[in-house]
Amino acid sequence: MTTKLFGTKVPRVEDQRFLRGQGRYVDDLLTDDPRLLHAAVLRSPHAHARITDIDVADVLDVEGVLAVWTYDDLVDAMAQPLPLLIPHPTLTHGRTQYALAKDEVNYMGEAIAFVVAVDRYVAEDAVARIRVSYDQLPPVVGIAAARAADRLVHDDVPGNVGARMEQENGDARAAIADAPHTLRLELDVERSACTPMEGRGTVARWDPDTSRLTVWSSTQTSTGVRGCVAAKLGLDLAKVDVITPDVGGGFGVKINHPWPEELLVPLAAMTLGRPVKFTEDRREHFISSAHERAQVHHVEVGFDDDGRVLGLNVEFWHDHGAYTPYGLIVPIITSTQLLGPYKPANYRVVFESLYTNTVIVTPYRGAGRPQGCFVMERTMDAIAAYLGKDRTEVRSTNFIQPDEFPYEHGLVFQDGRPLTYDSGDYPASLEKLKTLVGWDEFEDFRAEMAAQGRRVGIGLACYVEGTGVGPYEGAHVHIETSGKVKVATGLTTQGQGHQTAFAQIVADTLGVRFEDVEITTGDTRKMPYAVGTFASRAAVMSGSAIHLASLRAREKALRIAAEALEAAEDDLEIVDGVVSVRGTDASIDLGTVAVLSNPLRYAFDEASKAATQFSVGDPGKPPVAEDDEPGLEGKDFYSPERSTFANGMHAVIVETDPDTAEITILKYAVVHDCGHLINPMIVEGQIQGGVAQGVGGALYERMEYDEAGQLLNASFMDFLMPYVTEVPTTIDIDHLETPSPLNPLGIKGAGEAGVIPSAAVFAAAIEDAERPYKPTLAITAMPISPSELFDLRLAHADVPAEAIAEETR
Amino acid sequence: MKPAPFAFRRPATLEEALAALAEEPGAKVLAGGQSLVPLLSMRLAAPSMLVDINALPGLGHVRCSSDGGAAGVRIGALARHAHVLASTEAAEVQPLLAMALSHVAHPTIRNRGTTVGSIVHADAAAEMPMVLRLLEGSVDVASVRGRRTVPAGELFAGPLESTLAHDEIAVEAFFPALPEGAGVAFQEIARRHGDYALVGVAALVETDGGEVVRARVGFVSVSDVPVVVDVTDSLDDPAGKALAELDPAADIHATAAYRAHLVKVLTPRVLADAVHHARERNT
Ligand SMILES: Cc1cc2nc3c(=O)[nH]c(=O)nc-3n(C[C@H](O)[C@H](O)[C@H](O)COP(=O)(O)OP(=O)(O)OC[C@H]3O[C@@H](n4cnc5c(N)ncnc54)[C@H](O)[C@@H]3O)c2cc1C
Repeated sequence: MTTKLFGTKVPRVEDQRFLRGQGRYVDDLLTDDPRLLHAAVLRSPHAHARITDIDVADVLDVEGVLAVWTYDDLVDAMAQPLPLLIPHPTLTHGRTQYALAKDEVNYMGEAIAFVVAVDRYVAEDAVARIRVSYDQLPPVVGIAAARAADRLVHDDVPGNVGARMEQENGDARAAIADAPHTLRLELDVERSACTPMEGRGTVARWDPDTSRLTVWSSTQTSTGVRGCVAAKLGLDLAKVDVITPDVGGGFGVKINHPWPEELLVPLAAMTLGRPVKFTEDRREHFISSAHERAQVHHVEVGFDDDGRVLGLNVEFWHDHGAYTPYGLIVPIITSTQLLGPYKPANYRVVFESLYTNTVIVTPYRGAGRPQGCFVMERTMDAIAAYLGKDRTEVRSTNFIQPDEFPYEHGLVFQDGRPLTYDSGDYPASLEKLKTLVGWDEFEDFRAEMAAQGRRVGIGLACYVEGTGVGPYEGAHVHIETSGKVKVATGLTTQGQGHQTAFAQIVADTLGVRFEDVEITTGDTRKMPYAVGTFASRAAVMSGSAIHLASLRAREKALRIAAEALEAAEDDLEIVDGVVSVRGTDASIDLGTVAVLSNPLRYAFDEASKAATQFSVGDPGKPPVAEDDEPGLEGKDFYSPERSTFANGMHAVIVETDPDTAEITILKYAVVHDCGHLINPMIVEGQIQGGVAQGVGGALYERMEYDEAGQLLNASFMDFLMPYVTEVPTTIDIDHLETPSPLNPLGIKGAGEAGVIPSAAVFAAAIEDAERPYKPTLAITAMPISPSELFDLRLAHADVPAEAIAEETR
Repeated sequence: MKPAPFAFRRPATLEEALAALAEEPGAKVLAGGQSLVPLLSMRLAAPSMLVDINALPGLGHVRCSSDGGAAGVRIGALARHAHVLASTEAAEVQPLLAMALSHVAHPTIRNRGTTVGSIVHADAAAEMPMVLRLLEGSVDVASVRGRRTVPAGELFAGPLESTLAHDEIAVEAFFPALPEGAGVAFQEIARRHGDYALVGVAALVETDGGEVVRARVGFVSVSDVPVVVDVTDSLDDPAGKALAELDPAADIHATAAYRAHLVKVLTPRVLADAVHHARERNT
């Protein structure tokens, strides 16, 4: 492979379109089709209630309403619960909702009725006229209530426990009992959500003449949606196409599928014989999509005088909301990825996944890792504080060393495979981070600021991220007779820059011009075998598959060109789409090779004459050899044995206002290692976006449920997603490249990295800023607001003023 | 998030607008729409008619006069926050306008939202109703019955409730000029830049020979209606005096205790700034 584009900051080809408002999202589709209908959903106003009656009589009077569905109108597979996508042996009490509530609602926002009308205004008017009678039931809100289990979310799920899972490597409890030092910590993380700019959306069109259903959905898995739509509506898979147009962000929430509307829209389109659109609004996104992050953790750790962790025992409780469509992925990730770059001698983890009467929980960028990182890094900080050691020193003591890879943790990861790290160099990463953030100079800075009456603190956090999970992705590469290269991969894209990064790989592998490569993603007509875009897997999985498929196309191109040029394949090279015999003038462009690859009976233009029967071929042989096929194509799949583990370390310097308790970010530094970088600019963009999202999760965003299970802040007015003014204007980024041995390009995923350490790193820095003044103050719950920091200050005694003066002198 | 059905009028004259309002008891005025449209979309308000005043002539002004008893800034009902904020003349005649307006929302919203609309919307979390009260300004309102001037002290009835009758249009707000020897200041703490304040405080002090002879402080987000407290007699503990008249409440962003704490932190700071401002203007 030449490395011309791989590793360079190629500008993103998609940006012109997006920045000029030329993106085409689901809501932009079929807008000038006068037959298009619009859907709105009646959602439960209660967190927990029995439905005793639904009266839709008033709805049908509304002019412009075409149909309304409730559970009673659903038949066959549609009347069954939605699929439980990822079963697990320990998920003994998995439950999923119905497309429309049957008898009971279990969270505020659960879909009850589906109205289709000529426009969304009329559909909403109609929704307001449906009369539902409820018997309210006491709701279970929050982890404490779920654990107390005085009330049950589902009558047949004792203790509200959906799953209990335990993994252990060694004997953690015995090791802790024997350890010279022990600590216990209680650590909480609250609910947040992905909140992509574009919410969910689905459009469906049924063609009665061909009995074909086309579904466009804002999803992270078009093949997943296709499978569900076909199964639920009783259609042959071959009759269903699912296309994912531009997607305005996913961050995880759109990997869950099928959403009720993803089934109801196609059902309505088939029933009414007209195209139907559902575009989720912002309030609906808050109350009926998915949340994440809420977990409560209890940690026991035993360590020696150097801070080496001898035993770590973590119990945690995961709030999965009202149903478990996505199984246990989030808590499994927490339980395994909590380990980060460290190697505790003995580790035990137990979690319970609990039902509450709140919106379902599915992976949100980071997917359980932010919580795990928070737990581990708070533990490291606590050990350092206890021993009076530098926080970086305690971490170094516990690092897996570069010569210990592959490193086996003795646990099972989220993909059902052993948790085995492939590569990394954590000591080198830490050195880079210390330099980047000025770790060793910080005490001088602190003293300088203290002299001005200002409080500053520094924190760091390390993480390891399993990326590129299986099972597989595929790619199809087609070199057209024009020399243009059309590539299809099945996973979807939601703004990451796949068109650019994948085209870089193709251009290099095939030897064609970047501009000649066009990538299609998420279209089941082009690539029906695919999994989806999640878990930082697109570059690793589809990137590798595209590389392999390009190699196949290249192989074939060389074979045909060698014949045409009467040269040995080994003497050929492909540069800018031209195959030439090294060191000679003899050459043939790939377009012509494509012509020759497809024996023709009929010429359709000047170039194609070369492939007709009187121009080429050995009359003694079949035009297409027995083991060959026509066309200049390559198709391949990449299916790794296990995930590849990226890693990184973040540090932040914050200032806390001594009077107002406001928290200001002064410096944010990231050292990131995702193996070989395909496009450093795209990786840095991912990191910056992740950090911004992490700032939100650490300092601003939370889902504010009241005791009745009402979500009080279901709008961007009160759910405080940070503005550009709240995120650091600069983020200092440095890269380390320890390639993965698991894939041909040596790459690892980069999509979630920016967000993982945020809660940990901000908690550490804020605590560090406060400690000189409030020696017992500990940050154990995130996010944290100024009001909460103010409360913490009140709850902890001051250091006597003389002591501070002494300290700063 | 689509509004319930409503009739829509966009009259070309004030008379037509007033007549439309008088005829339709369920009608509402639409100015910049930055508060009203979200309420409509969330179906928290469902007026039977919107009377859009954006086509009315002669209401976009920001007019300043710096002499005489009527010295001050006159702001027409269609002057956008951004327009007022951009007026250097207004900032000279009454510096508190620009100081406060820079905290009102974000540029995109200030480009559309009107200062008069913000005042009559009467949100105790909004900056401009409080500023009008602190400066003892007034609002001119019109209806089919005629015109009247409502002093700021009589404008605010309750949470999000002004004393305007449903068929009245506020045509102009008047902010008195900053007298000689006086100074103003504004500070607020918000969760995010441009958000409604957790607590906002403005001060107006009048000095004579460098001595403070009158000091008043206005508060945002710590009561149901905009509150102004005279602290001339309690300059040693102005926040203490103010807190007796305020009612800080808890919400999802801050506890009541934290808000009270911010009042204590900000009040003396803002007063000191205002005194400083007064002295600066005198030199
Ligand atoms: C994201 C966001 C953030 C914001 N942040 C702030 C902030 O920090 N501080 C702040 O003060 N405001 C804030 N606002 C509100 C903004 O300032 C509004 O523009 C303002 O409150 C209302 O002005 P408007 O012209 O948009 O009024 P509209 O929304 O058109 O009307 C508001 C109300 O006033 C009535 N009304 C308007 N004009 C008249 C009139 N001339 N006569 C009679 N009745 C009238 C309407 O009938 C309606 O009831 C924010 C708004 C948004 C969307």
